[in-house]
Amino acid sequence: MHFNTSPRDSVSLALAGSGGAGVMTAGNLLLEASALAGYHALMTRSSGPQIRGGEAAAMLRIATFPTDGQDDRVDVLAAIDWQNVQRFAAELPLGAGSLVLGDPAQGETPEPFARSGAQQARVPLKELAKSVADGWPNMVAVGVLAGLVGLPAEALERAMARTMKKKGIEASLAAAKLGMAQAASLPSFALREPRPQPGRWLVTGNEAAGYGALRAGVRFVAAYPITPATELLEWMAAALVKVGGAMVQAEDELASINMILGASYGGVPSLTATSGPGLALMIESIGLGVAAEIPIVVVDVMRTGPSTGIATKAEQADLNIALYGMHGDAPHVVVAPNSLADCARATAWAVEMAEALQVPAIVLSDQYFGQARGVVSAPELPDEVVQRARATADQPYCRYALNDSGISPMAVPGTPGTTYTADGLEHNERGTPSSQASDHLAQVEKRARKLARFDPGDAWASVEGDGDTAILTFGSCTGPAREALERARAGGRRLRLISVRLLAPAQPERLKRALQGVRRVLVVEQNHSGQFLRALRADWELQSETHSLRRPGPLPFRPGEILAALDKLQRSAA
Amino acid sequence: MNAPLQATPLTAKEFKSATKPVWCPGCGDYSVLAAITKALAALGLRPENVAVVSGIGCSSRIPAYTSCYGFHGVHGRSLAAATGLKVARPELTVLVASGDGDGYSIGGNHFLHACRRNVDLTYIVMDNHVYGMTKGQPSPTTEPDWSSKLSPGGTGLREFHPLVIALASGANFIARAFSGDPNGTAALIEQAVRHPGFSFVEVLSPCVTFRPEQRAWKERARAAPVGPTDDPARAARRLMTDDGFNIGVLFEGKRPPYGVATAHAKTAPAALAASFELGEDRA
Repeated sequence: MHFNTSPRDSVSLALAGSGGAGVMTAGNLLLEASALAGYHALMTRSSGPQIRGGEAAAMLRIATFPTDGQDDRVDVLAAIDWQNVQRFAAELPLGAGSLVLGDPAQGETPEPFARSGAQQARVPLKELAKSVADGWPNMVAVGVLAGLVGLPAEALERAMARTMKKKGIEASLAAAKLGMAQAASLPSFALREPRPQPGRWLVTGNEAAGYGALRAGVRFVAAYPITPATELLEWMAAALVKVGGAMVQAEDELASINMILGASYGGVPSLTATSGPGLALMIESIGLGVAAEIPIVVVDVMRTGPSTGIATKAEQADLNIALYGMHGDAPHVVVAPNSLADCARATAWAVEMAEALQVPAIVLSDQYFGQARGVVSAPELPDEVVQRARATADQPYCRYALNDSGISPMAVPGTPGTTYTADGLEHNERGTPSSQASDHLAQVEKRARKLARFDPGDAWASVEGDGDTAILTFGSCTGPAREALERARAGGRRLRLISVRLLAPAQPERLKRALQGVRRVLVVEQNHSGQFLRALRADWELQSETHSLRRPGPLPFRPGEILAALDKLQRSAA
Repeated sequence: MNAPLQATPLTAKEFKSATKPVWCPGCGDYSVLAAITKALAALGLRPENVAVVSGIGCSSRIPAYTSCYGFHGVHGRSLAAATGLKVARPELTVLVASGDGDGYSIGGNHFLHACRRNVDLTYIVMDNHVYGMTKGQPSPTTEPDWSSKLSPGGTGLREFHPLVIALASGANFIARAFSGDPNGTAALIEQAVRHPGFSFVEVLSPCVTFRPEQRAWKERARAAPVGPTDDPARAARRLMTDDGFNIGVLFEGKRPPYGVATAHAKTAPAALAASFELGEDRA
C-alpha cells in the first residue's frame, strides 16, 4: 500500500463508536485543538435514532485553507468500538490511501470498512487507556489522530482547558500522549503549517444565524423545538436575555408564527426557526404576513422529508414549499446562506429585507450548516439596523397606501392618529376589508411591486470564476461546488460558479448577465425531483444546454463527484 | 392593563370606528361591541394604547369596528398573535375577540396554553353555539341534538365546557356575561382588563339568524347567586353544576402574570460574538 506521506493541505478524519464511547467529546476536542493550532476545521456529526447515546460518528475536516464542505474521502477512520458503526458506512467513504484504526479488544473490523481498500491498523485503545488512572479510550484515539496529522500536544492541552473540567485534564492529556506515541509507527497524514488569519470564529450555522438576526435588530423570538433548528432557538434564548429582547416558547408552530406576527405588528423585529414539518404548519400564517404586510423572518433548517423524514440529516427539499407553499398570489422573500459564515450574513439580510419591504422572509438553511461546527472568518455584518418605514399621523392614515415603491408607512400601536386594523382580508388603502375587484387588483399589484422593484445588488448570488461552463447551485452544495472549481482551476481549467442566495424574488436579468459567455450549465442540488432546476426553468433565464446533478439527502455532495459530472459533460460536448 | 389613565376620559362613542358591521340585525355582537367601547371609556384609556386582536368569524370582525389598533388574523390564532404583541409591547392594553368556533375548535390548543401562560390579555369569546359566518354549522358548544345540513339529526357530541376547561388550564379570571345586558357586560370586561394576567370573559351572544331560539336566553340569564371564589375546587364544582346562565365573575385567583424580565438588559449584540472568537492572541 502506498501512502501519500508528503505534507497535505487537507485531511479528513472520522471517529466512530457506540453510545458512551465519547465520540463527540473526542471530535470536539480535535476540532478545538485544530482551530487553536491555526487550521481551518469543520466537524459534522451523524448519530443513530436513539434519544441519548447510541452509535455516533464525528467527521472532521482539517485544512490549511477555508472550507466548509466535505472532501471526497475519509483519510482516517478511528473506531473506539464497532457497535453498529457499519450504519455509517455510506457517510464514511474510504479508499486506497485511507487508514482504518480499530482496537483489537473490540473485535474484527466490520465488512464495509474491511473491504473498502483502506489499510487496516490496530491500536489497543482500551488497554492503553487502562494504563492511565481515569484514562479513557476516546482520549487515546484523540492522541492517535492528533499525532497522525501533526497537531501539537500543546494545542490539545489548550483545547482541553477550553472544553473540559479541570480535574479531567491531566488524565485526558496523559491518555492522549500515549496515543500520540502510537501514531509514530503509523503512516503520516501530516498537515502543512497553517497560515491563520486573525478574526476567526469557531461557530455552528445555527449560532451564526441567531447572531446575524440579533445584529440586524431581532428582539422577539417565538420558539417551538424541532430538530435540527432547536440549537438556534436555544442560543437565542440566552442571547435575547442579554440584549434586552424576549422569547416565548409556543405550544406549537401555529402559535409561534402568529406570536412573531403579533410582536412584529407591535413594531419589534421578530423571528422564529423551524424545520420542514414546522414550516408546513406555519404556511397559512406566513400568508397573513404577506397580506397584512407584516415583516417576519422564518429560518427553516431543512432536514429530509416529506413528513418526519430523517430529522437529523440534511436535504434541500423544502425549496418548493418555501417558494410556492402559500395559497393565493403571495410574493415574499426566500434567501439561502451558502456557507457556514453566511448563515449570519444571510439571516441578517433576511431581517433587513423583511423590515424594509414589510414582508415575510424565509431563510433556507439546512441540517448540514445548522449543526456543523467550524472555523470561519468572522463575517462582516452591517452596524446599522434597517428601520421599517414608520407612519406619522396624517388624516386619514392609509396603512396600505398605493405608491410607486409599493411600500407604505407602517404605524406602530401606541402612536396617536394612525390607528388601523392589520387584516388578512383583502382591503382597500385604508385597511378596510373590501371584496371589490379593483381593490384586490390594486393591493395584489402593490405587494408584487415592492418586491419587483427591490434591488438586491450583488448580494443576490456568489459569482466566482470564469469560463464557458458553470455550476449553478444554492445553499450547502456551494462548499463542494466551490472546491470543485478550485481544483479545476488548479488543473488549468476554467469554470464558473453561481451560488444563488436570493431565491425569491427571482433575479432572471442578473442571472442572464452572470451567465454571459457560458455554454453549458450544471445545476447541483440535494433533492430528488430537481426543485431548484424547476424553479430556475420557471422564472429565470437558463441556457438551453442545462444539466442536472442531484440526489436526495442525506449524503452530501463531494467535490470529486461534481468534477466528474463536469468532465462527463465537457467530454460529451467535445 | 397598564396604560396610563387619562385626565379627561373619552366617551364610548370615541372608541367606535365609522366602519359598518357585517352582522345581521339583532346579532348579540352589536351589544358586545358597545360593551367593549363602554369599558375602554370607563378605564380612561386612549384608542392608540389599545390593541384588539382577533381571528376569523362573525365576532372576529370587531377590531375594525373600534378606533383602536386592530389585528384581524387567521382562523383560530388570535391568542397567539396577542401573546406575541403583549410580550413585545407590554405597555399596550390587549383585548382578544373570538367566538366558539374560532376560540374553542380551531383555536382550542391556544386557549389551553393562554390560560396556563397567564400573559396579561383579556379574552372575550362571543359564544352563540354555531358557526355563523359559514351559515349555520355546529360548533363545540352546540347542543348534541341540534340538526343542520352538515350534521343531520345533530352531532351526538356533548358540549365543550369552556369555563371548566379554562379553570383546569390555569385561568385566573373567569367570567360569564350576556350580551342582552351591555352595561353588565361592560362592567365585567372592565374588571377583566383591570385583572393582572390572563382574563377570560365568555359572553353569551345570540345568533338570531341561525339559532333564533336563543332569543329566549334573556329569560334564562341571571346574576350568579354567589360572588366570585378564589378556591379552584369550589369554582370547579360551581362551573360543572351550573346551567350555563349564571352571569358574573365566577373565579378570580391570584397567580402572578407572565413576566418578561429582560427589558433593562443592554448588552450590544456585537459583543455576543466574543463566545465564537478563537482569541488569536492565544494561538
